[in-house]
Amino acid sequence: MLFTPVFSCYRTVQFSYEGESIVGIAEFFQHLMNGLTLGGIYALIALGYTMVYGILKFINFAHGDVLMVGAYVGLFLFDLFRGSSPLGLWTIIAFFIAMIISMAFSALLGMFIERVAYKPLRKATRLAPLLSAIGVSFILSNSAAWMFGTHSRKFNYPFDNTPLHLGDVVITPHQVLILVVSLAMMIILKLFIDRTRMGKAMRATSLDQGTAMLMGINVNRIISLTFAIGSALAAVGGILIALDFKVYATMGTMTGLKAFVAAVVGGIGNISGAMFGGILLGLLETFGVAIFGIPTGLKDTIAFGVLIIILLVKPEGLFGKVEKEKV
Amino acid sequence: MFNFFLLILIYSGIYALMALGQNIITGYGGMLSLTQAGFFAIGSYATAILTTRFGWSFWGTLPVAFLLSALFGLLIGLPTLRLKGDYLAIATLGFGEIVRNVLNNWDSLTNGPMGIQKIPMPILFGYTINPYKKYAFLIMIFIFVLIAYLLFQRLARSRMGRALTAVREDEIAAQAMGINITKYKVYAFILGASVAGIAGSLQATFTLSVTPGTYTFMVSVMVLCMVVLGGMGNFKASILGAFIIQLISYFPQLTGLSGSIPAQFQQILFGLILVVMMIWRPQGILGRETRRYGGAAGNGKGGAQ
Repeated sequence: MLFTPVFSCYRTVQFSYEGESIVGIAEFFQHLMNGLTLGGIYALIALGYTMVYGILKFINFAHGDVLMVGAYVGLFLFDLFRGSSPLGLWTIIAFFIAMIISMAFSALLGMFIERVAYKPLRKATRLAPLLSAIGVSFILSNSAAWMFGTHSRKFNYPFDNTPLHLGDVVITPHQVLILVVSLAMMIILKLFIDRTRMGKAMRATSLDQGTAMLMGINVNRIISLTFAIGSALAAVGGILIALDFKVYATMGTMTGLKAFVAAVVGGIGNISGAMFGGILLGLLETFGVAIFGIPTGLKDTIAFGVLIIILLVKPEGLFGKVEKEKV
Repeated sequence: MFNFFLLILIYSGIYALMALGQNIITGYGGMLSLTQAGFFAIGSYATAILTTRFGWSFWGTLPVAFLLSALFGLLIGLPTLRLKGDYLAIATLGFGEIVRNVLNNWDSLTNGPMGIQKIPMPILFGYTINPYKKYAFLIMIFIFVLIAYLLFQRLARSRMGRALTAVREDEIAAQAMGINITKYKVYAFILGASVAGIAGSLQATFTLSVTPGTYTFMVSVMVLCMVVLGGMGNFKASILGAFIIQLISYFPQLTGLSGSIPAQFQQILFGLILVVMMIWRPQGILGRETRRYGGAAGNGKGGAQ
């Protein structure tokens, strides 16, 4: 009837018939590539949610809007540095400089938001910081719409984006960039948390704030640091999305929500889980549209369907641990 | 100008219904739901589709809007309410987006982004309640808000109200006292959803057309703002909050300054209200309604029961 495309497996069947020819396999790798790049971005953003949740036990609703700010800052700086120079080495360097400054800016913004809107509420009810975060998210997205207009902007390409053909699979240089950058960021973060003193302090704080404080850890500083890292990663995510899509004031809302779903899928509070969840969600979305024939208009609902299923079946996420609520 | 003020009052009424629903969910139950816009949309589309396609009268569609949103409240509530509060916020937000997404894409039923126009005006005993003439419509809305207010007020003082308050204060203690927490949470959620459905129905018959663009996340945040601003856990405060927020959102048009105030001004202000209220006055303008059990010493109703 009205929703047949959603439930039919017509295209799945077709796909498996095509499987005998080389096109099917190429198509599969094509979607795999697209899904991985999308998933890499989700993973970067999901890390911010999961880190903040791990320490403060609340959802930072404004995270998606920090991503949007990061994308705008990156866009403006890149255009400024690039000037009218032709594509080449300088534009690539300029892109990375813009990205690093945007990361720093977003980190400061994240710390500022935490200091002003969440820190006074640390001892309040559970509802209070959530409401405050929704308020911050609204302030950020609407201020951006006011200052930069409601139209969407295109991020200028830092290098030639002519697709590369690997057999029948088409890969754009952007996808390579997205994969490399997101992977690098995740590895750096993982090393930071597992190997450094600061990372150890972060893990301790997320396990038990009181005990961490007794061990001489400056918990306030760790919380600030968490927000700074999460926001910097969000800025990277924002810029990477901007390369493939557009920059606009509400771009963070949907992306942020999906990244949150990714964090929940992986087990919120779990860093490797967020990375895995992000990539899984990216793949599900791409394959859901391409192979299971879910209409593109309903693409966004896939993430929420996944969320509700996960919450029903395994609320602690794929890698989360079950927490007993204590009196 | 005066006409415009009437318009604000009508919208305050429609939103007050939603705010009352949000108050029973968030103020009494302590659950952060962000999906009033979704139920609002379901109510609106129920009325719009039944009146234009099937020739129903407005009054006939009201119970349908009510039951349909209640049903969706149950469907979304049952799986999510077993979980911790933060998940609920996201899951309900997702549900609101799904509703809008479906309305936008289900062309054969909802006419997609174009929406449905020419919804008939409600007729009561041969008298047409014309939204353009506003007075009659305002009275109708006022009656709806009054009924909802009285019902909720009674409800809050019933066994269910007390159970919800206990659940909000401490789930584990409430459970230990033998309160079935999931049951009461789902009840609250269904009630909140169903009044939002009624509000949607009224909105459809007031604007005489519906489009998916009306039912954005913004609406849910506005409703939440109303409850927080007025004071959580106080039904009078929700109505007051609805009026203040509507006044703010139409302030530029009311004063004729809409040219010089940017369109995003109100939304930024709503965000600020949420943050500032949480930090400096979390109990809202009026504060929570407290009730003394068994009658206080001075009111002559007798002692403890």
